Amino acid sequence: MSDADDVRRQVEAFLETHDPAATDPLEFLRARYDAGLAWVAFPAGHGGQGLPQALQPEVDRLFAEAGAPSNRPETNGIGLGMAAPTILGFGTPAQKERFLRPLWTGEEIWCQLFSEPGAGSDLANVATRAVRDGDGWVVNGQKVWTSGAHNARFAILLARTDPDQVKHGGLTYFLCDMTDPGVDVRPLRQITGEAEFNEVFLTDVRIPDGQRLGDEGQGWRVANATLNNERVAIGGKAAARESGMIGVVADTWRRHPERRTPELHDRLLRLWVDAEVARQTGLRLSQKLAQGQPGPEGAGMKLSFARIAQELSGLELEILGEEGLRYESGQGWTMVRPERVDFTGRDAGFRYLRAKGNSIEGGTSEIIRNIVAERVLGLPAEHRTDKDRPWKELER
Amino acid sequence: MSELDLLHTDVEDDLRASVRDLLTDHCDPTAVAGLYDGDRSPVAPLWKALAADLGLAGLLVPEAHGGAGASAREAAVVLEELGRAVAPVPFLTSAVVATSLLCEAGSGLLPALAAGETTAALVVPLSAGPDGPLPTFSVDADGRVSGTVTSVAGALEADVLLALVSGDDGLAVYVVPAASAGLVPVVSLDMTRQLADVTLDAVAGERVVTDAEPAVRRALETGAALLASEQVGVARWCLEATVAHLKERRQFGRVVGGFQALKHRLADLSTGVESAASAAWYAAATLAAGDPDTPVAARVAQAYCSDLAVLAGEEAVQLHGGIGMTWEHPTHLYLKKAKADQIALGTPGAHRGRLAALVDLEA
Repeated sequence: MSDADDVRRQVEAFLETHDPAATDPLEFLRARYDAGLAWVAFPAGHGGQGLPQALQPEVDRLFAEAGAPSNRPETNGIGLGMAAPTILGFGTPAQKERFLRPLWTGEEIWCQLFSEPGAGSDLANVATRAVRDGDGWVVNGQKVWTSGAHNARFAILLARTDPDQVKHGGLTYFLCDMTDPGVDVRPLRQITGEAEFNEVFLTDVRIPDGQRLGDEGQGWRVANATLNNERVAIGGKAAARESGMIGVVADTWRRHPERRTPELHDRLLRLWVDAEVARQTGLRLSQKLAQGQPGPEGAGMKLSFARIAQELSGLELEILGEEGLRYESGQGWTMVRPERVDFTGRDAGFRYLRAKGNSIEGGTSEIIRNIVAERVLGLPAEHRTDKDRPWKELER
Repeated sequence: MSELDLLHTDVEDDLRASVRDLLTDHCDPTAVAGLYDGDRSPVAPLWKALAADLGLAGLLVPEAHGGAGASAREAAVVLEELGRAVAPVPFLTSAVVATSLLCEAGSGLLPALAAGETTAALVVPLSAGPDGPLPTFSVDADGRVSGTVTSVAGALEADVLLALVSGDDGLAVYVVPAASAGLVPVVSLDMTRQLADVTLDAVAGERVVTDAEPAVRRALETGAALLASEQVGVARWCLEATVAHLKERRQFGRVVGGFQALKHRLADLSTGVESAASAAWYAAATLAAGDPDTPVAARVAQAYCSDLAVLAGEEAVQLHGGIGMTWEHPTHLYLKKAKADQIALGTPGAHRGRLAALVDLEA
C-alpha cells in the first residue's frame, strides 16, 4: 500500500471515530494532532508521521471535505511557517512537547521579534540585550514591524547575549511569552491606515533558560533556519491559475467593460503572463522541494511575486478610474487592528498600498538580489567592514 | 486533470548530456560566425550527426513509422541545447514543425524523416504563427503548384517542401521536391536559421493533407511551444557567459561583478531565466501529456520566453562592455538569434492577443 493510500485510510478511520459535527472543534484538532494527521511531514509524536510533504494537501482536502474544523492557518502564518520548523529543528524534547501542539491547533498564535529600528536588512545588528540572571534571562530592547504581535501568545526572539563577540557571533534565540508584564505592544500605523504591524518594547522581560532555542551564541544560525523556512513558505507553493492578485484584477477587468482601453489591455495581458509564469515556476519548485531538490527559484520567486503584485494593484486603480480615487470600503482610513495579514482583501486602494510592503517584508528585494547574485550566481560579496570586529565597537 | 510532471527524468538528462557533448565537439562559435560570411559548410555534417547519428530527427515520429516515439519533452531538451550552442540546424523546422504536420497525415515520408535521410520544411514565413495569416500557393487542374512565399526557414536544408494550397475545399498540404523549387537565399538577421524566398512554377506535387488548416495551426503551435526551449537555451548561455565574464573582468582595482549595480541586473536576469525555463518546460509537458491546457501554455511560453531571450542577449552585450560589441566575441550570435526568435512563429504581442480570447480577458 502506498503512503498516499495509507494516509487516506487513516483519515477515514479518524473521521469515523471523530465526527466533525459532534466533536468540540478544539478537541477535534488536538486529536488530529495526536493521531499524526496534522502536519504529516513532522515526526511521530509531534503531529505527523514523517511522510512526504507532498501528501499534506491531500490530507487537508480530505478533512476540509468532511467539514472538519480548521486550525485557521491564515491567522498563524508566522507560527506555522517559521516558528514550528525552527522549534522542530533546534528545540529540546521538552520545548517540542510544550509548544508544537497548541501552535498547530491555533490555541497559541506566534509572532516574530526580529527586526529593530537599527536592524532591518542588516538583521545581525540586533541590539536588544539579553543578560543572564540566575536560571533565566532579562531582556531589554525595542522590536519593530511585528505583524500580529497584538494577537500573539508567544514570539520567536533574536537578542544579543554577548556584545564582545563579532556581530553574527553574539546572538541567541529565545521563545518569548508575550503576556510577560515587561512586553509592551504598541500599534504601528501603516500607509493603509491600518495597524497590522506593531512596535514592541521589551523592558526587563524575564525569559526562563528553558525557553532558549539552540545554544547561547548560536542565534544567527537558528534565525537563518527560520528565514529559509519563510522563503520556502512564500515560494514553494502549488497554486491554481489566477490565484492571488491577478485573480482579483482579472475579475475587475471582466466586471468593467466600459473602462477598457488598448493600453490597459496590453498591460493586463503582460502581467497575466508574468503571473502565470510565476505560478508555473512555483509549481516546478514545489515538485522539486517534494523530491528534496531545492532549486534556485525560491529567492527569485519572492522578487517576482512582489513586482507583479505591485504592478497589478497599481493597474487595477487605473482600470477603475474614478472609482479608484475613492478609499471608502470597510473602514476607510480609520485605524483598525486586523486579525490577519490580507494582501488581496478590501478595496483596490488598500491592495495598492499594502502591496508596497511585499518588496520590503521578509527581506527587501534589494537584499534578495544580493542573495541571488552571491549564492546562486557566485558573484563577489559586498565589501564590508563590520564582520571581524566585536559588535560593541562597530559604528551604528 | 492530473498534475503535470515538471521534473526532468534521468532519460531526459542523459539526452541533454549527449546533445551537449556532440555540440561541444562539432559546433564551435567561430564556425557559426563563419555562416555570416557565407561559409555554410558546417551545416550539413552537423545536421547529419544530430539527425541521423544521434537519431534526433525521429524523436517525434511514432515507432510504427520508424521513429523514436518520444515526446515534446525530449524535443524541448534538444532545442534548449541547440539554442545554447546557436546550432545552425533545421531541427525546429523539419523535426518539429514539418514532422508534426506529417505525423497527423500518417505520411509515407515519415520513415525517411525519422532516419534523418530526408529533411522537410513547411513553406510559410518564419514569422507566421499559429494564429496569424497563412500564405498559400495556387494549384492547377493537373495538380501543379505555383506561387511565391518569402522568408521561409529550413527551406535551404530541405529535401522536400510542404506547400499550403488553398482551393475550393479549404487548405491542403502538397509535398513538392525542393530540387524543383526556385530557392533564393536571403541575407538574414539570424544566419543560423537562414531564410529563403521560395518560388514554385507549375511544380507537380502530392497532396498529403486535406482540410489542413487545423493541422497546420497545431503544427505551428507545437513549433511555438518548443521554440520557447530554444529561447531558454539562448538566454542561459547569455546569463552564464556574462556572469563568467564579470567574475574575471577587473576595473577600478576590483572584479566588476562585485558592483551592486551589475549584480542586481544579473540577479533579475537569473530570475527571469528560471521563470522562462519553467514556462518553456510547462508548455512542453502539456504537449507531451496531450493536456487541454496546451494552447494557453504555448502562448504563455512564447509571450514570456521571446522577450526574456532578447533581454538576455541585450544585457549580455551591454554587460560585456566593449568586447560585447565585437564580431570576434560570440555574444552577437545570441543577440541575433534571440531577436529573430522573438519574431518567429508569432510575436509576443500576437500570442498575448490570442491568449486574451483563451482566458476570457477580451479587449
